[in-house]
Amino acid sequence: MIRAAGADSLLVIVPAFNEEAAVGEVVRSIQQFVPGVPVLVIDDGSGDGTVANARLAGAEVLLLPHHLGLGGCVQAGYKLAFELGFQYVIRVDGDGQHDARDIPRIFEKLKTSGCEMVIGSRFLTNNGSRTGAVRALGIHFFRLVLRPILGKAVHDPTSGFVGVNRSALEVFGKSFPLEYPEIEALVVLQRRRFRFEEVPCKMRPRTTGRSSITALKSLYYIAHVLLGVFVNVLKYERRWHRRGGGPARPGG
Amino acid sequence: MEQLLNVTGGLSLLLLTLVLVSVRRAHIRVEYSFSWLIAAGALLALSRNGAFLQRIARLLGIQDAPVALLLIAASVFLLMFFRFSVIISHLRDDNIALAQRLAILEYHIHSAGNDGH
Repeated sequence: MIRAAGADSLLVIVPAFNEEAAVGEVVRSIQQFVPGVPVLVIDDGSGDGTVANARLAGAEVLLLPHHLGLGGCVQAGYKLAFELGFQYVIRVDGDGQHDARDIPRIFEKLKTSGCEMVIGSRFLTNNGSRTGAVRALGIHFFRLVLRPILGKAVHDPTSGFVGVNRSALEVFGKSFPLEYPEIEALVVLQRRRFRFEEVPCKMRPRTTGRSSITALKSLYYIAHVLLGVFVNVLKYERRWHRRGGGPARPGG
Repeated sequence: MEQLLNVTGGLSLLLLTLVLVSVRRAHIRVEYSFSWLIAAGALLALSRNGAFLQRIARLLGIQDAPVALLLIAASVFLLMFFRFSVIISHLRDDNIALAQRLAILEYHIHSAGNDGH
């Protein structure tokens, strides 16, 4: 069983759905670059050998009884991490796109900055990470949308390579977007006046499987995320007015 | 107009029968059949009472009573769809929370078993 040890206990969670080809290597690379840190693969109802390969590579596995989608899958990991007493959690996707070499940088930033979330960003430096034209356009669009809401620029709002501290874990355990969670999660944190930072990270192109966001789903993705952001902003405004004009405090 | 009212009355009766049979066979829970029964009953009553329907049509500023009936039926069903969307959203949230709790409890049980050996 994984246990939180020490004041800076870290858990790496790997949400995975039908990632049998990549998940073993993902787990092994995490163990290589952050040795001794427990790895929890959250299986979102895979029908292939994801669970067996994750266990074979040395990861603990949280088995969801059926497919919940990315948000429900990640939130389950956050809930378990919070119950087990972990102070920090870093999410690494099970498809192998995130480079485990960047985990120590995210962890260090989480500890030293004191902010609630650290995002591994492809676009802070020119590190060779590439993304498709449509996706790049979408990312640019959401940067523009989020800038006034968050009060600061976010370079890579769709990045799933994210670290959070215990305060954010507690919030996300209660409220976490269920579909396409990355962008909405930022607004959920903003409602609590939490802070985020970005660190440069490299992301590799997907080598196995397929992205959950296909070309056909792109429009739905944009509309869904925009609506989610809008609803979260409305919730924030309501709280702001109810408290007599003062912004909500962390944990509020 | 008479023919449209008859068709509406017939469909309302059909809906009433369908819902009652479904409740009896436990395909629909009683609490979720209630709104269907009310809607079907209201449509049946309106389709059988032409004078009352005419008054409602005048109140709504509609000249044709059948158009008023269609408008009322559409509004009722839209409201019911909305109500069921709310119910489905709650059920989905509950389902996700339960699935997560089940997974976490199974993890704890499995881990406790491993630690005991």
